[in-house]
Amino acid sequence: MRFFRSRLSPPILLLMPAFVIITLVVAVPLLFSLYTSFTGYRLVQPASLWQWVGLRNYQRLLTDVDFWWAFGRTLVFLTVALNLELVLGLGIALLIDKLTAGQRIIRTIMMFPMMFSPILVGFQFKYIFNDNVGLVNNAIQSLGWENVTIPWLVNPVTANLAILMAEVWMSTPIFAILLLAGLMAMPRDPVEAAKVDGCNPWQVFRHITLPYLMPFVYIAMAIRSLDVARAYDTVKIMTNGGPAGRTELLWTLIARTGYQDARMGMANAMSYASILLSVYFTVYFFRKLAAARRTMGGVE
Amino acid sequence: MERSWQRWLIRFGIFIVMAIICIPGLWIVMTAFRDNVEVMARPPVWIPERWTLDNFRAILGLSETQQGIPVIRYFLNSLVISVTSTVLAVLIGMMGGYAFARYRFKGKNVAFLWLMLSRTVPGISLSLPVFIIWSRLGLIDTSIGVILVYLALNIPFTIWLIDGFFRQIPLSLSEAAQVDGCTRWQAFWKIEFPLAKSGIASAGIFAFLTSWNEFALASQLTRTTASKTLPVGLMDFTAQFTVDWTGMCAMAVIIIVPALILTFIVQKHLIAGLTFGGVKG
Repeated sequence: MRFFRSRLSPPILLLMPAFVIITLVVAVPLLFSLYTSFTGYRLVQPASLWQWVGLRNYQRLLTDVDFWWAFGRTLVFLTVALNLELVLGLGIALLIDKLTAGQRIIRTIMMFPMMFSPILVGFQFKYIFNDNVGLVNNAIQSLGWENVTIPWLVNPVTANLAILMAEVWMSTPIFAILLLAGLMAMPRDPVEAAKVDGCNPWQVFRHITLPYLMPFVYIAMAIRSLDVARAYDTVKIMTNGGPAGRTELLWTLIARTGYQDARMGMANAMSYASILLSVYFTVYFFRKLAAARRTMGGVE
Repeated sequence: MERSWQRWLIRFGIFIVMAIICIPGLWIVMTAFRDNVEVMARPPVWIPERWTLDNFRAILGLSETQQGIPVIRYFLNSLVISVTSTVLAVLIGMMGGYAFARYRFKGKNVAFLWLMLSRTVPGISLSLPVFIIWSRLGLIDTSIGVILVYLALNIPFTIWLIDGFFRQIPLSLSEAAQVDGCTRWQAFWKIEFPLAKSGIASAGIFAFLTSWNEFALASQLTRTTASKTLPVGLMDFTAQFTVDWTGMCAMAVIIIVPALILTFIVQKHLIAGLTFGGVKG
């Protein structure tokens, strides 16, 4: 009780450690990186940290073709991946919901990819799509096309598909598990009533099941949006941006510019673009989630 | 007739999904116990003909032919870093979650939003300034440097989950205890904490998994065996042009087993944590 009697109000005291840590480890470094993005800082020349260049880094970015390719690819990648994960997750959840037995064991198996480190997922698919020893090419050859060797991670198109597949493999189960939890918690009465009134299965799904599931969809999206950048790990180990930069995402480009080329100022300018992108996704889905919660409150 | 046809279709669909989920992992596990020759074999050998522990012996440095990678060291680093940052994140998360669930204060929504936004910063973007600052402070390649960063990564999500769980507990329970003579502190430990335990556990597991699996930051903030974690150590196996597939698979098994055991022990809490911490918050 003495703890609560100090001059600061209890919630401020309770939140203090969290805010101190976040300030020290996230806020201060980000302010510093904002400053760095206005300098020509190079890792190998410590003095260049004080070399103010104004908006030059940002101006260069605007005309940098590689940057815009990486940016566009990241946007497309995220859009396709998130939608695919949602649709597949919903499909899987509906299938499992229809199952009469063994739901629990299947749900347990589905948690499997959630425990995988993104770097492990990347390694796993690098191995599976390897042209010489990979599972996929082995399977193709065993099925009769003995001379076919598809260079999955060397061809730009298939490399992007392989990365997308790794990402979808890793994240779809989260959607499936959350949506399944939503389906299981759903009251059965409205569905029965709609059936009695002559709705076909599609109408029941479209007008009753789906609206009920929306908050769960947004939770899954919100949780997922907190961590969109983990695709960095997967790409880093699978192709490291190659072949010829064709799988370069914003995040791998940042790492390359900052650490390999040692152009920290430029990398920090880029990383601000990536932060804004992530913030946009997060704010968007948290807003949707908040709105869905309000309507949920009415339903329950 | 049609119904049983449908049922088989559903079972078939689920079978395919489960196969896609399981086969990549199983393939890694089988390779970890395989002879190196089998990996290259033509035609491919599907199920290992001879299960061997040689790959594990090799990466642990127990065999004479190959120099080992300090896997045990990496494992201990990972364990120390993950456990410390998890325990601290859960403690701080409990305090923060309680504050958000039980008090009204000015700027509450803004504070919550900023907390969440701090989590959304991509690891690689955060690593740039942290790398520069940590190297000036001498925190590069130390466990403490990594623990601090993971703590900051884990706190927002921990607060979010625990907040959701505290909110589900009716305020009247704690009030009743206080009427009966408990202090608020006692009421918390005797009433609210036991009820929110499963939520706190699930928050802890998520924090642990995040720290155990993180790569983007650790790969820049660690350098040597002094602080390198398992995911970073995995990259030791990729030389410029060759990859030691069996060694890497053995390492992969070492990384995944602790996470697997932990998750299966507490899987019930995990799902509850994700759904109810979020939905009913």
